[in-house]
Amino acid sequence: MKEFKLLGSKPTRHGFGMGLVELGERYDNVVVLGGDITGSVMTSFFRDKFPERFFSIGIAEQNATTIAAGLALSGKIPFFSSYSAFAAFRNADQIRISMCYNEANVKIGGGHSGITVGPDGATHQSLEEVSLLRAMPNLTLIVPADYEESRKATIAIGEMHGPAYLRFGRSPVPMFTSVEDSFEIGKATQLTEGNEVAIIACGLMVWEAVLAAQELYKRKGIKARVINNSSIKPIDYETITKAAMECGCIVTAEEHQVHGGLGSAVAEVVVKNFPVPMEFVGMKDRFGGSGEPEELMVHFGLTWKEIYASALKSIERKEKGFIGVRKLTEIESMID
Amino acid sequence: MNFSPKYSEKVFENKKRNADEFGEIALELRRDIIKSLALAKSGHSGGSLGIADILSVLYFGGYLNIDPLDSKNSLRDKFVLSAGHLAPVLYSALARRGFFPIDYLPTLRKLGSKLQGHPGYDMNLPGIESSTGSLGHGISIAVGMAMATKLIDKTKQKIFCLTGDGELQEGLVWEAAMCAANYKMDNLCWIVDNNDCQIDGRVKDVMSIYPLKEKFESFGCNVIEIDGHNYDEIMSAFDKYIENMENNSGKPMVIIAQTFMGKGVSYMEDKYEWHGNPPNVEQAIIALKDLGEEYSN
Ligand SMILES: Cc1ncc(C[n+]2csc(CCOP(=O)(O)OP(=O)(O)O)c2C)c(N)n1
Repeated sequence: MKEFKLLGSKPTRHGFGMGLVELGERYDNVVVLGGDITGSVMTSFFRDKFPERFFSIGIAEQNATTIAAGLALSGKIPFFSSYSAFAAFRNADQIRISMCYNEANVKIGGGHSGITVGPDGATHQSLEEVSLLRAMPNLTLIVPADYEESRKATIAIGEMHGPAYLRFGRSPVPMFTSVEDSFEIGKATQLTEGNEVAIIACGLMVWEAVLAAQELYKRKGIKARVINNSSIKPIDYETITKAAMECGCIVTAEEHQVHGGLGSAVAEVVVKNFPVPMEFVGMKDRFGGSGEPEELMVHFGLTWKEIYASALKSIERKEKGFIGVRKLTEIESMID
Repeated sequence: MNFSPKYSEKVFENKKRNADEFGEIALELRRDIIKSLALAKSGHSGGSLGIADILSVLYFGGYLNIDPLDSKNSLRDKFVLSAGHLAPVLYSALARRGFFPIDYLPTLRKLGSKLQGHPGYDMNLPGIESSTGSLGHGISIAVGMAMATKLIDKTKQKIFCLTGDGELQEGLVWEAAMCAANYKMDNLCWIVDNNDCQIDGRVKDVMSIYPLKEKFESFGCNVIEIDGHNYDEIMSAFDKYIENMENNSGKPMVIIAQTFMGKGVSYMEDKYEWHGNPPNVEQAIIALKDLGEEYSN
């Protein structure tokens, strides 16, 4: 099994901040809008380097998103960043019409996403925005897995034309992709070789998926194919369909509600092209709560252990020749 | 260093008081804030300390008609903390009015605690009237509550709400102001915590909201400006609000309270850097000293 060299850990928000600075150096028309938390979402790096291209908009996410659209329609490449809890929901109408329907070249950095924002609690733990955003026509949606990928994805969305959203987190996560690894919008990357089960994950759950794969091999000799699916939209039909064909069962893992997120996106691809048994690891249709990030991941079932158990379950269903329940009493819901 | 602060067992009554009686209560609230935040290792110190005087008068000065033994009474007054991040001071006020055990305070922000980082209505914590934390929501909730009592139920309930000043940058807040004036919500008391601090700096530098008094007046509100640390002025503002409601002025009451972020703790005062940070153990011990308590382990 492939060994991963960990290069320490850093938050993905730092990758976003560094990527923005690189973009600022390359392109004069990249501008950044602040929403009063520039030091948290790391737009402060850009502000300090290019103060003349940074505009504080205050605590006004709807306005910032729409102003960004106006800037974009005037030839600028505006990035607005706040917490995902407010940068995807408060301004959903503005994202939909002013940003996406206009095909405006606006980029949103949604920070402090997911349960791992920690003690701030449920109000600040955005766990629904992938579902909301991936339904928006024209929008590109990326959920990077680590610092380096976050930096590259920031640059990639800055260099493409059109509305884009990058979802990243607050707490440090293991760094396992390297500067040399390529990042391409619309491409998933296979991290481990295996044909017995595919584990498709995004964000910080990718590393948990790697850990689960290592345990599956160590304890059961099972070779799992781990796929980092950071590009939620556009999604990589080929890599996912191939995984379904070659592995015969799939587990998805995400720091997001099980309804409507990465798991649903993968299920759409699979059901359309090559149906196989699937299991979904994610938040089970509930709000989060205060606590430390690692504690919360354990409490809400977002660790390698749930991925491991789901992998065994999906393999068992595959081996039984699962093509659906035999009796109505066997029906399972997404939150069972 | 191990930090295991003791919380006093004091609870205080809600009754008409002289101005000089509030100091002791506010000190207790401020000590609670420091202890709980230092234990939580995260949270919003500055703003919570800054509104401790206002909440002392509101909760312990006979203004907010609520009963810990009957916290869901349908005729109660309500207070909505729109600036949900200031939850620690609200939790302390509620605990010291007897709404829940003081033992809850050290669990702030911990896994499984009812004292969430931002108030959670689903925690069933007596005295919490709404989940808040997404800035701007609370004031619209309060307008909805004011409409329910005055226009629909035709009851005489007082509805209080506190917003930050940075919070006023949210457009929703001004939609709420417009609506409150439109429906003549003279039963609404809107307190603005005007500390000129938010996360990125001074409010006037991040996005100016001024002139404030004139803005609210032009929206159709009655406005009073007070020193938010002066108990006489806070009481007289609440008295004016009650008069405003009883005289059916037809105008929502806005109290712009000049406050200092971090009030009471010397090294935090008027420093926006303390918006969202807890004191560490050493800092907490200094803070407690400022607040009249020697820490002993
Ligand atoms: C809609 C929304 N956007 C952003 C935030 C993040 N946030 C929490 S508190 C705060 C600053 C609030 O400033 P102010 O109202 O002046 O409160 P103070 O700093 O005085 O405590 C921000 C931006 C939030 N909670 N809600």
